[in-house]
Amino acid sequence: MKIPSYHAVSGTDVSDLAGQVARQHQRVNDRLQKIGKVVAVMSGKGGVGKSYIAAGVALATAERGKNVGVLDADLAGPTTAQLLEARGPLLIDDDGVLPAAGLAGVKVFSTDLLLHDGAPLLWRGEASESFIYRGALANGAVREFLSDVVWGDLDLLVVDLPPGTERLQDLAQLVPDLGGVVAVTIPSEESRRAVARSIQAALDAGLQVLGVVENMSGYRCPGCETTSPLFPGNAGEYLARQFGVPLLEQVPFDPSPNPAVRLSVLSSVMLP
Amino acid sequence: MKFVCLECDQLMQYRERSLPGDGTFGAAFQCPACGRTIAMLANPMETQLVESLGVRIGGRTLQEQPLELLRTQLAGRDDAFVEPGADRLNGAVSWSPEAQERLARVPGFVRGMVKRIYTEYAKEHAIACITPGVMDQARSELGLEGM
Repeated sequence: MKIPSYHAVSGTDVSDLAGQVARQHQRVNDRLQKIGKVVAVMSGKGGVGKSYIAAGVALATAERGKNVGVLDADLAGPTTAQLLEARGPLLIDDDGVLPAAGLAGVKVFSTDLLLHDGAPLLWRGEASESFIYRGALANGAVREFLSDVVWGDLDLLVVDLPPGTERLQDLAQLVPDLGGVVAVTIPSEESRRAVARSIQAALDAGLQVLGVVENMSGYRCPGCETTSPLFPGNAGEYLARQFGVPLLEQVPFDPSPNPAVRLSVLSSVMLP
Repeated sequence: MKFVCLECDQLMQYRERSLPGDGTFGAAFQCPACGRTIAMLANPMETQLVESLGVRIGGRTLQEQPLELLRTQLAGRDDAFVEPGADRLNGAVSWSPEAQERLARVPGFVRGMVKRIYTEYAKEHAIACITPGVMDQARSELGLEGM
């Protein structure tokens, strides 16, 4: 039996799955035409405050008079919408889904706006086999956040990534002109090791690392406003030196409820 | 993917798809030369794998809806979206009581999108009233699993 190869058979592949995927990417590109710059905030470690930093730079940028959006790509652990006080329901018009409006007019899109309070991210379908397709669904969700949300004319779109490097690699393929990444760490040695891996992964992917932000750099007393050490270590300085990038901000831990920090240095680096 | 009739060395033509409602998927292909037909049958895992890419076997005839993948695959909150334009779209199309009842069983998170899809389908086919039969026809033609 002679079985011809795919390319040897002439005629149209009516499914054209590759073409459908290409058109998905084209819709992302079309939406990105109105966005000046896309920058990712990442860390190799959870709990370092990526969303806090993403919200802080978005607010600082908006208060400079720029149009800013935040795309929360941490589908399972979304926090950006709450930090920026953005709420649903989300309006759908002929152009797509309008993002929620947060503090200072920052546009926000997050699964936090799509899920019931406290509900985990749950995909439909056969649970026993879900490990096979969960990654594709997560990538598809981020793709739709980029292509189907009516971001409008933005000077800056900040993408708040989940811990690790998988979504960063997906994002780099969806946004070929990614304007760089910012790595967030806390002072500890454990964080330094994890974040170093993610910075190296970003560099290996050919991405520009704009710099390092050290969060929870110390504890700022709300009473006397002095800052004392919170974690041992100096991961921020170490990483900046190791990778030859600037230490952009050292942000102390502020125990105020839902503090809205403004990261103006980071803002001026992301959007000069 | 391509299906080839080895007897005739011809590319088989896509004919129709089938959604039995049990999570599986079927698509029929026919040889333009000898008329032989085959069916490609996918189990729920295979069907889900293709759906997770946001693509359709046999191609797409319907424009992709906003957040279509997310809304069909995620268990989200019923009041996540507001679609004020949906009423404007409904203008010339009515829904039978049985079709309305069936639509009401669709999860709220995706119901607005489903309503819009069926309404657009009805308008394109000059159908004045959406019935369960129309919904079945649309599901099959458009590959609307789970709707």
